[in-house]
Amino acid sequence: MKPFKLDWLILPLVGIGLVLALWAISSSTWATNLPSPLKTWQASRDYIVEPFAKRGEMDQGILRFTWYSLVLVAQGYGIALLVGTPIGFCLGLSKTFTKIFDPIIQILRPVSPLAWLPLGLVLFMGAGKQAGTYGALFTIAICAMWPTVLNTAVGVRAVPQDFLNVGRVLKLSRWKMLTKILIPATLPYMFTGFRLSLGIAWLAIVAAEMLTGRPGAGGFLWQEYNALIYEHIILSIITIGLVGFGLDRLMGLVERRFKSI
Amino acid sequence: MAFLELTNVCKSFGGAPVLSGVNLAIERGEFVAIVGYSGSGKTTLISLIAGLTRADAGTVRLNDLDITGPGPDRGIVFQNYSLLPWLTVFENIALAVDQVFPNHTPEKRKLLVEAAIATVNLTPARDKLPRNLSGGMRQRVSVARALAMDPQVLLLDEPLSALDALTRATLQDEFERIWEKDRKTVVLITNDVDEALLLADRIIPLTPGPGAHLGPSFPVSLVRPRDRKALNHDPEFKRLRALVTNELLGYSARRRATVTRKLVLPDILPEDLDRPPVRRRPLRPHEIKETEVSLGT
Repeated sequence: MKPFKLDWLILPLVGIGLVLALWAISSSTWATNLPSPLKTWQASRDYIVEPFAKRGEMDQGILRFTWYSLVLVAQGYGIALLVGTPIGFCLGLSKTFTKIFDPIIQILRPVSPLAWLPLGLVLFMGAGKQAGTYGALFTIAICAMWPTVLNTAVGVRAVPQDFLNVGRVLKLSRWKMLTKILIPATLPYMFTGFRLSLGIAWLAIVAAEMLTGRPGAGGFLWQEYNALIYEHIILSIITIGLVGFGLDRLMGLVERRFKSI
Repeated sequence: MAFLELTNVCKSFGGAPVLSGVNLAIERGEFVAIVGYSGSGKTTLISLIAGLTRADAGTVRLNDLDITGPGPDRGIVFQNYSLLPWLTVFENIALAVDQVFPNHTPEKRKLLVEAAIATVNLTPARDKLPRNLSGGMRQRVSVARALAMDPQVLLLDEPLSALDALTRATLQDEFERIWEKDRKTVVLITNDVDEALLLADRIIPLTPGPGAHLGPSFPVSLVRPRDRKALNHDPEFKRLRALVTNELLGYSARRRATVTRKLVLPDILPEDLDRPPVRRRPLRPHEIKETEVSLGT
């Protein structure tokens, strides 16, 4: 098809329209329990037009829920970066370190957030009321860490020998070699890792909230499923998707800023 | 005892030796050019002098001291510039100056950097990042960085081979001017005989590897400053040029006698630009006709 004016806007709208049509047809034919788009809108209206309202613990505006989730994600993601980046550097710099820890990383990496959460809850059982929060943080951090670890390691290994030679000729100290050459040269790879990690952190938060029942986008979804208000499941899914998309775009912008070096 | 001395240096990276039995003696203030074919081990030779790699056998000595590792007393200009892309021109040079002269005051270090930038005529570009500079300008920065360290020996590893012919000529003239100023000891690695003749006091050919070693050295007695245009008609220049070129060609003839290669050339006609352009899908591999050409004897 030939490109035309506003095609960047019209074509995605066509896609959304098609999915809405499929949804409407499905809900009126074979999936009668699935709320129709119109019913979903009516049931969700209050949550969207008053996005920051707080009517009760589990009855709040959708952006308020999202905000709770985002705060928790930010904390878990921060831990993931703080722990993951140094591990990545060690992996990239030392072959011995890689030989020792690479197998264990490859085994832990594919484990789902749902599997980590119970362990997190057990670990922080002593924390009483806060156990849920700490468990969720643990889950997010450990799941979101791997892309950062692996991309940083790849980035460190990919630092051109020429840059290292410059450092060797100048007899830079280990610390200066790290801060003046290795870290700046690895930044683009690190940011690719950070971006992927953020995506995973956002996946993990939803799972963590569903299991712990914390207020948040995921917790709301699970609660409304139990309350048989299926419209809000769809509302939650759309919100989670939009926020995830937004986060990814945001990191994409940051990443591009560093890629241009 | 020469200023920079290599005795019986051998180096291999597993497999056949790259260098074997390299002997070289360079006096203080001498400008020596080492010419050779690509792949003959020129870069390995300069890495050994720089201390970036260690010799398997033999000694590399500077000022009667064994070279055991890299250091700022041997400033090196790499073939591919090796500027740090996240630092500006000023910062790239400042990194070197700050490291080499930690005892100077910050003002003095700043002056040194500015002076180095001015030497290579880059003052207008001092705050630009390397990616915003042309190849020739980048190489000037690299030269300025090496000069700013005030090294005892300046090692130039094919510094101009990545540049176009015109830029190369400009930079050659500039190298000569800079060298005239403080007459540092310089080892220039190049594959361009004219460049060597224009700049060096002595030209030493490197035989092709594996197992490369240095050939007889040719002193260049042309008066300085050497003018590129006048040189073209200078009988001494022509004589030396013929000598060095013959020496190098001699190596290659010896090598060619033992090598037979087959090149596959695609059978493509030049495009007729007068005809209107035709949009055509890309050729599939089986649609390309290929002809075989054999080289050598």
